[in-house]
Amino acid sequence: MEKFENVSGVAAPMPLINIDTDMIIPKQFLKTIKRSGLGANLFDEMRFDDNGNEIEDFVLNKPAYRKAEIIVAGDNFGCGSSREHAPWALRDFGIKVIVSTSFADIFYNNSFKNGILPIVLPKEQVAVLMEDAERGENARISVDLENQTISATDGTEFKFEVDSFKKHCLLNGLDDIGLTMQKVQSIDSFEEKYKKSAPWV
Amino acid sequence: MSAPKTLYDKIWDAHVAHEADDGTCLLYIDRHLVHEVTSPQAFEGLRIAGRGVRAPEKTIAVPDHNVPTTTDRVNGIDNEESRIQVEALDKNAKDFGIHYYPVSDVRQGIVHIVGPEQGWTLPGMTVVCGDSHTATHGAFGALAHGIGTSEVEHVLATQTLIQKKSKNMKVEITGSLRPGVTAKDITMTVIGETGTAGGTGYVIEYCGQAIRELSMEGRMTVCNMAIEGGARAGLIAPDQTTFDYVKGRPHAPKGADWDAAMANWADLYTDEDAHFDKVITIAGEDIAPSVTWGTSPEDVLPIDAVVPNPSDFEGGKVDAVARSLAYMGLTPGQKLSDIAIDTVFIGSCTNGRIEDLRAAAAVLKGKKIKDGMRAMVVPGSGLVRAQAEEEGLAQIFIDAGFEWRMAGCSMCLAMNPDQLAPEERCAATSNRNFEGRQGRGGRTHLLSPAMAAAAAVTGKLTDIREFN
Ligand code: SF4
Repeated sequence: MEKFENVSGVAAPMPLINIDTDMIIPKQFLKTIKRSGLGANLFDEMRFDDNGNEIEDFVLNKPAYRKAEIIVAGDNFGCGSSREHAPWALRDFGIKVIVSTSFADIFYNNSFKNGILPIVLPKEQVAVLMEDAERGENARISVDLENQTISATDGTEFKFEVDSFKKHCLLNGLDDIGLTMQKVQSIDSFEEKYKKSAPWV
Repeated sequence: MSAPKTLYDKIWDAHVAHEADDGTCLLYIDRHLVHEVTSPQAFEGLRIAGRGVRAPEKTIAVPDHNVPTTTDRVNGIDNEESRIQVEALDKNAKDFGIHYYPVSDVRQGIVHIVGPEQGWTLPGMTVVCGDSHTATHGAFGALAHGIGTSEVEHVLATQTLIQKKSKNMKVEITGSLRPGVTAKDITMTVIGETGTAGGTGYVIEYCGQAIRELSMEGRMTVCNMAIEGGARAGLIAPDQTTFDYVKGRPHAPKGADWDAAMANWADLYTDEDAHFDKVITIAGEDIAPSVTWGTSPEDVLPIDAVVPNPSDFEGGKVDAVARSLAYMGLTPGQKLSDIAIDTVFIGSCTNGRIEDLRAAAAVLKGKKIKDGMRAMVVPGSGLVRAQAEEEGLAQIFIDAGFEWRMAGCSMCLAMNPDQLAPEERCAATSNRNFEGRQGRGGRTHLLSPAMAAAAAVTGKLTDIREFN
């Protein structure tokens, strides 16, 4: 995984609540056996019409947001299925940060594993950033993971929480499996004890 | 004496293989279920890194999402991408030596139906799968939840998952259900109450008399949709109903192992005075046969209600409701029981078990579906299908005008050819009514199997209490 670098730029506003993973990447694109290339179909049914032409007023089709690296979203972003194709598609499109009042659990976890930082903020703060996002190129939002801050265009800084282990992995581009393999002895000894106490498993 | 624990606390504590100072744990996984859509990239990752599957004997794979459900599927899958995914699973199962139920096997079906049916899912276990409806297995008092593909790879390689503990939430359904009300109505009513984010950060334990009175099939229906309420998992403490269901299944413990397991399972309940961070109580008598009207599972109302108005809501929900009513082609104030239906889908991991088919067949016996109605039954597994044929249910469906299909996910998510056309309106026993879920532009109303069957006959959403 690539290391997470600080991000600064325009943010795409997506105020709709409950944006689900079926919207982020519809199921017809889950038939791939690869991780790459899904950005082309990110938000496919909202972004393109039946003939595959761009729908002009969809936010990521507007000139200001075509290269957005941040999304400011309505409540409960990423609900629905466990498909990691959702963060793959977002990352492939170029999204590195998503801000919302809440995220669905599996999507939240999946994001970190793909170099995307989901940031949870209180309603009022999301509202400030949403307003900025709506101003297109006239506004910039900056994210500093090391210091756990996100700044609105006028310089107002909001602190955000992030699990220390997840932060560490994101900042250093670490692969979970490699890290867990270092603890293989704990797993071995757990398994041994467990085999005795629950032999039917 | 140690502090009182919830059922979730107990299962969690029994599976922590390593705990770091910040509370990040390696949770040992007892059963890993795998299907064709979320696993190819994980197996590819193993190959690239030169890693194997740590516990192939605890890993079970079955293709379900992509497979056609027409009987001619024995001749192969037409859609090239679907075929490649299923073939990739065939190969990965073989290469890595994991248990496998290929399309040609009568035991094939939806992964969350096959696991319990074969006795893979047992009380007190940790169960994961690259699929959000893994929550289903919580019905056995197993800690079961969906994971992403990176985590699938992590479990394949290490048989553990990196986790932090969730909070405890209790959902109690007191008293008994009224006639015509089912497990599906319970679970939809709970989501209507909590919202789709109400369970975020929690593991829910469902309890109370109405839950105890459910069969295993009904309990699986309830836990299946815990994820729709945002919870990491749903749990129901095991009892005699659970043990009776499990006993004798192909992979259930036998002999001395069974006795040892039973002794261990006796401790799988929430201690008196254990702490819950959130509690919701609903009276079973107050639950009505329910349907969804919008494009989120929280958009649920009793069948005798009317389509709501966006102005009935607050905050971001006002716009979301306006958008979903436009998408669904509904007008505020319209009676739900006046909504005309084009298609009926009975199946999915929510309601594709034998009891669901029995409930639907009981409604359909001696009746015909409305002219022009498209109706299909997709059993949750080949064994459910066989049993339904043996019990004469299949014939009831066929005589009524339903298509009688092979097992798979089918129109629940429409990755196979079973899809809705734009604006086609479907009464579905599945679990998600998202925009485009059953086909681009398709309109989904979620309901119980009996209500779906009644809708097929009348041609509109129907109050099962008034149907005869
Ligand atoms: S039946 Fe539907 S919800 Fe269940 S596993 Fe299949 S696609 Fe997912």
